[in-house]
Amino acid sequence: MDVLDFARWQFGIITVYHFLFVPITIGLSAVIAGYETAWVRTGNVKWLRLTKFFGKLFLINFALGVVTGIVQEFQFGMNWSDYSRFVGDVFGAPLAIEGLLAFFLESTFLGLWIFGWDRLNPKLHVACIWAVHIGTLFSAYFILAANSWMQHPVGYKFNPETGRAEMTDFAAVLFNKVQLVTFPHTIMAAYMTGAAFVVGVSFWSMMQRRNSADRAVYHLGVRTGAAVMLLAGIGVAVSGDFSGKVMTEVQPMKMAAAEAQYESEQPADFSLFTIGTPDGLEEKFAIKVPKLLSFLATGSTDGRVEGINQLRVQYQETYGTDPGARYYSPEGYVPNIPVSYWSFRFMIGLGVVGAALAGLVLFVTRREKTPVGRHWRWIAIALPLLPLVANSFGWLFTEMGRQPWAVFGLMTTAQSVSPGVSAFEAGTSLVVLTLVYAVLAVVEVGLILKYVKAGAAPDPVTPDHTDDHPDRPLAFAY
Amino acid sequence: MELTTIWFSLIAVLWIGYFALEGFDFGVGILLPVLGRTEPERRVLINTIGPVWDGNEVWVLVAGGATFAAFPEWYATLFSGFYLPLLLILVALIVRGVAFEYRAKRDDDRWRAAWDKAIFFGSLLPAVLWGVAFANILRGVPIDADFEYVGGFFNLLNPYALLGGVMTLLLFVTHGAMFIALKTDGEIRVRARALAVRTGIGAAAVAVAFLGWTQLDTGSTGSAVLFVAAAVSLLAGLFAVERLREGWGFIGTFATIVLGVAGLFVALFPDVMPTSLADGAGLTTTTAAATTYTLKIMTVVAVVFTPVVLVYQGWTYWVFRKRIAVHHIPGFETSETVGPRS
Ligand code: HDD
Ligand code: HEM
Ligand code: HEM
Repeated sequence: MDVLDFARWQFGIITVYHFLFVPITIGLSAVIAGYETAWVRTGNVKWLRLTKFFGKLFLINFALGVVTGIVQEFQFGMNWSDYSRFVGDVFGAPLAIEGLLAFFLESTFLGLWIFGWDRLNPKLHVACIWAVHIGTLFSAYFILAANSWMQHPVGYKFNPETGRAEMTDFAAVLFNKVQLVTFPHTIMAAYMTGAAFVVGVSFWSMMQRRNSADRAVYHLGVRTGAAVMLLAGIGVAVSGDFSGKVMTEVQPMKMAAAEAQYESEQPADFSLFTIGTPDGLEEKFAIKVPKLLSFLATGSTDGRVEGINQLRVQYQETYGTDPGARYYSPEGYVPNIPVSYWSFRFMIGLGVVGAALAGLVLFVTRREKTPVGRHWRWIAIALPLLPLVANSFGWLFTEMGRQPWAVFGLMTTAQSVSPGVSAFEAGTSLVVLTLVYAVLAVVEVGLILKYVKAGAAPDPVTPDHTDDHPDRPLAFAY
Repeated sequence: MELTTIWFSLIAVLWIGYFALEGFDFGVGILLPVLGRTEPERRVLINTIGPVWDGNEVWVLVAGGATFAAFPEWYATLFSGFYLPLLLILVALIVRGVAFEYRAKRDDDRWRAAWDKAIFFGSLLPAVLWGVAFANILRGVPIDADFEYVGGFFNLLNPYALLGGVMTLLLFVTHGAMFIALKTDGEIRVRARALAVRTGIGAAAVAVAFLGWTQLDTGSTGSAVLFVAAAVSLLAGLFAVERLREGWGFIGTFATIVLGVAGLFVALFPDVMPTSLADGAGLTTTTAAATTYTLKIMTVVAVVFTPVVLVYQGWTYWVFRKRIAVHHIPGFETSETVGPRS
């Protein structure tokens, strides 16, 4: 393994890991803000109990989201210095703005929310969690704008004198057409994931305590969570459909790889199952749905979808020989086909199953019912995991399908790596961070399970922010 | 003023904000095993920074992001060059951040003891390493003509840099003790005051040595004025806390860090990463900068949003202005360990 391999494994592991916490943070903060708003509006203590219960779980998750984000911010400079030099003028701006607009907002108002139960009046307190949620949306917007620029660079010109991409139009970068489909898709996927967490936990707790008075609290959690999850699931599918069309337009090779479609077709069939040779040169076996791919990719059942072999020739004519060829196929410009193909299917498949289960749960819990039977527990456990894993597959697909490019058409991943960093340094970093992350994963899962088992605290005392007695204990303390 | 100069100043402001704010919460973390003799006392200490440490940490993230945007070459050379120290800092910040959040999540002494260690080392390492890193930037490191750092790891551990590390460590510890004296009540408060004076004298001695060395090497009139002002505010702060004026004591160390770091940036300007190689090329505000277009956009964003951030961060400190003592910690309301109120 050389520096490039280490850097790529690190980026993949560290980012996918970060993105396990991110969608939960985005989705769960919205749901909790909704619960607390309902409590402030109605005074019904059930809402407060849900707020506090999921608030605790949220914090356990958020802690890891924050600390893994720090690595993200620094690793561009550490492992990808040539990339940073090349794109800094364009790419740095959204990153810096994300910090200024989003991270300050999230962290400051979360501090106020956690410790402020007895310091702020309820309306102000609920405003704090909304501020946190808005912070997560800002954060997602700016970082996704940066990522969308890598998928489809716009608003820049290449300056041969400085040898770098220089920004000419910031609005074009912020409203990149890839960004306009990626943002809704990613946010909907995050809402789905956050809501799935709520449904899974509430559903399990409800079955666990079916005869206790607490059942009603969890039932409310199940209903609200499943409704959000189902709606977000529809949002994900609709936005994903737009995403596919834009992607076919700007990165046709990615769509061809997603479909393992070797030859151009008009109309094109959607593959349910394809096996090709690993070097991406040839199709061996396939089961297909007629014309579906044409529709997904172009919006018409008769549209033409280019195949890998034709696109490779086109790319070679446009960009010359692929300098990153050794990684994928001897001919170059073809991403890893099995990974693209299967990650695309798992993203869609797991997400759709998740949304269907949300619908099912809504059905079986109607009119205050609590279903009986072991298999429901398995469903409760599967619910939060399905969209979470679908998210990882979505990113794997988006990022690996872009290869060999780091910035599409401009710079390959192989050209991006830091020239001055040694394999020892990059390898150490990979090993150390992976080990630290593995330990933290065990700790985090343990804590989440512990607090899920403990359940929602019985009627939390409504804290009084007007009591100013100097000896009053803190409402919340670490 | 030129845009590159404005951005150099803004990045200086971000680092100043970072050291002045996260400086005290590093200090609190390092003092956890020293001033926190019992479990409720350790919880008092952690809760003084509980609502604010994450917001403080964001200053460094924005400093990093702003450097990426405004001086991409600086970002690339610095972060890939100082690779292993940065990795150590990252690991430290990771375990420390998790520790604050997870420490109280299990009622188990071994669990808490483990996270206490994480808080201690997670605060100690960056407190030293940031000083080492900044000293190296000022002193100049081997950077070749392609702006690549070629010095390796041990090059970074020279006497000047180590002195810088000791200085930031002692300053942050003093700053943390001042913060604790200001934010707590009971015995801890008394101990923190005494400790602030003792470590403060050490910090003053080391700071005079390090800043003097810097002044002789790369200083200008501006940096000399700032360094002297920093030293004066440190002494004033120590004097104030001796006379039980904790608020002024904290303002003293706060001002010391602000003025001192400002002085270091003034001494650095217009370089951002000078080279120590004869045939190398150092980075300056001009050679490292982004385009005028990007800098203009970033300027507008910074001018509009930085004040907003300052207002709500300031408000947080106001909301949590009350002192914390052992009897405020849930579960220890009537604790035997409640000390005298002073
Ligand atoms: C779609 C959303 C999204 C994506 C693609 C990323 N992140 Fe993230 N990030 C978030 C959404 C987010 C968040 C939801 O806003 C987090 C998660 C937990 C949190 O505290 O905020 C966060 C936290 C977070 C933090 C810690 C902030 C703090 O201390 O409060 C940093 C420094 C980053 N991220 C940086 C990055 C970088 C450099 C990424 C790209 C490689 C990245 N994130 C991908
Ligand atoms: C959080 C969601 C993200 C996930 C899960 C993700 C995942 C991945 C994965 C798995 C790779 C490895 C691909 C390969 O090596 O074949 C990769 C590469 C890369 N991604 Fe992303 N990514 C995410 C967001 C981003 C964002 C927001 C950016 C930029 C701002 C980005 C920049 C890069 C870069 C520079 C590479 C090149 C390194 C490489 O190819 O290994 N990614 N990403
Ligand atoms: C119904 C089906 C879905 C379709 C048609 C769809 C389509 C797509 C497409 C085409 C992309 C690639 C965009 C690009 O590279 O330019 C993508 C990316 C992604 N998908 Fe999906 N998707 C679906 C369901 C889901 C689900 C259920 C989730 C998670 C809950 C999800 C999460 C993601 C994520 C996180 C990305 C990476 C970010 C992005 O590029 O938007 N998707 N999806």
